[in-house]
Amino acid sequence: MSVVVRTIARLLLPWVLAFGGYVIMHGHLTPGGGFQGGAVVASAVALVVIAFGAEGLKGQKNLFSFLEDLGAIAFVALAFLGIGSTFFRNVLAGGGGLFGTPVPFGPNPGWLNTGGTLPLMNWAVGLKVLAGLGSVVLLLALFGGKEDG
Amino acid sequence: MNIMVHAPILAIAVPLLGAFALPLFAKVHRNLRDLWGAAVAGFTAAMAVALAVQAFTSGIQVYTLGAPSPTDTVVAGGFPIRIMLVVDALSAFMGLITTVLGLASLVYAWRFLREDQGKTLALTLFFLLWAGIYGLEYTGDMFNFFVFLEITSIAACALVGYRTWESRPPEAAFKTMALYTLGGLLVLLAVGILYGEYGALNIAYLSSKIRGALVDKVALGLLLGGLLMKAGTVPAHMWAPDAYGEAPAQAAIVLVGNTQASLYGLWRVLFTLFGGALFAPQVGWLVVALGTLTLLVAVLMAVIQVDLTRLIAYGAVSQIGYMLLGVGVGLTVLSGRPEFGLVAIRGGVFHMLNDAATVGLLFLAAGAVYRAVGSKDLRALGGLGHDLKWTGGFFLLGALALAGVPPLNGFASKILIYQSSFQLSPILAAIAVLGSILLLAVFVRAFQGAFLGPRLTKAEPAPLSMLVAMGALAVLVIALGLVPGFFLEHLVNPAADALWRGRDLYLAAVLGG
Repeated sequence: MSVVVRTIARLLLPWVLAFGGYVIMHGHLTPGGGFQGGAVVASAVALVVIAFGAEGLKGQKNLFSFLEDLGAIAFVALAFLGIGSTFFRNVLAGGGGLFGTPVPFGPNPGWLNTGGTLPLMNWAVGLKVLAGLGSVVLLLALFGGKEDG
Repeated sequence: MNIMVHAPILAIAVPLLGAFALPLFAKVHRNLRDLWGAAVAGFTAAMAVALAVQAFTSGIQVYTLGAPSPTDTVVAGGFPIRIMLVVDALSAFMGLITTVLGLASLVYAWRFLREDQGKTLALTLFFLLWAGIYGLEYTGDMFNFFVFLEITSIAACALVGYRTWESRPPEAAFKTMALYTLGGLLVLLAVGILYGEYGALNIAYLSSKIRGALVDKVALGLLLGGLLMKAGTVPAHMWAPDAYGEAPAQAAIVLVGNTQASLYGLWRVLFTLFGGALFAPQVGWLVVALGTLTLLVAVLMAVIQVDLTRLIAYGAVSQIGYMLLGVGVGLTVLSGRPEFGLVAIRGGVFHMLNDAATVGLLFLAAGAVYRAVGSKDLRALGGLGHDLKWTGGFFLLGALALAGVPPLNGFASKILIYQSSFQLSPILAAIAVLGSILLLAVFVRAFQGAFLGPRLTKAEPAPLSMLVAMGALAVLVIALGLVPGFFLEHLVNPAADALWRGRDLYLAAVLGG
């Protein structure tokens, strides 16, 4: 791609990644969440592929598939945390520790340290989606254009 | 922690975790992967069996996800807000079928799949599909039903089409995906309609509210359409021969389980979800008509097949017709509850177990043929009985059982269906018998074409793990045929009763007395 596209991609990339992270991180407070944030991050992969070509990312295929597995395993493992009472039981909520602040009643600016296992599950889903969609984009770019694809 | 309380969710979550972790273990070493797979499968099967024992002995098992305790089904006000698993005798029965098919598939796959042909991928997809099928059978929530339907669809299509180095599997997978997606969308639309009207997704709660308004009828129609499409009934059967025909044998038998789970969903929708709306006679006749059409069309299509697995696939579709006929007859007479209605449902439900064993055996035998000679074209095959003695014997056994020859298992359930459908209308019984006779002719020809005659090529006999898997199903075929009374009394009758008059118990288990 031309130097204009490459320069703008270089400028935009950190902002896209930061926005994706923001959407995942605030999934339990605002619209969005793991899937949406992961899709935003995956669009950064698409940006890189379009601006710089897919060949440079070829070696990252295994990393993506590893991260995808890891995200899925983390999600199920987080659900297993609650097996003491029931599967998917939110054991961290209201406990005072990580993401455990009890939510005050009434309007508030959005306390990030709430939600228990929910934010963690958002991260797990985000990891799964960014790696999954990222590898889809990468594979389409690597193999999609050929006649015998 | 009492592990048995958690059996319903463990039977779904453990194979799911198993599927996700399998590729990571495969990266370390393939023996570690096999060990992990065996451990996950063993644990899952143990959970499903233990759950079935619980459900058969002490009634409906309920598991509420995320609640302080698994039995906290409703919040204050009597509203079931959480996701729930509800396992009654029918769900437990379906879980047992899934367990049998899954274990047979895995034992068979151990030596059937080659390392350089995507064995890790196939095993991963298998566990995903297995988890999805258990989910379909155990869930008590309509939206979760849709989610599991999609999980099974995606895993099943990937299993059909992952062998991209051949030309036909991807095409079959695409066709299957198109129809599965359409079916899934119909189900989703129906779930949306029900949620819009009643503000709930729980099957028991919805069932207590549905009274038969116009939107309910629309939702019922959409659910019927979606699930029948997924079950491969005529006129939406065209994906089934492609999918069954092109899937590797160890995947084809799990697809049989997947199809049956869709049928289970259909029974659940007709008898439990819409059990209070009393559409029964009209919808029952529709199911009977589709069942009769399915078995007739599928058998006639089987007559002209020259591809061994496609031929078996049409045989499998025709068996779906028998199940629909049996349960449909029961549904037609549900309001009056005459004795033959219960017999018909028993026949239909029993036939699901028999079909799993029989069709499973046939697909595994056909897979052994394909592995040995690399072809499944009946015009080119011949004389394999000289080398594949066991496989030939298993194929003949499965063929006779599928055609309903006594004393094998197909006869045991078909006689119940013949008897009861005769009492509704003699024409139905006549068509059902005709279907069986044609099936016998078709499969005798297939057996003769593949296994009899002079030896054409040297064939390598099937490895032990494949023979063990086929042998286990063969033993089941014989046992179900020789002592059907035992299986009827302990497994089939409670499952049929869950449909016949179990709706009140189902609702009471979720919503409280």
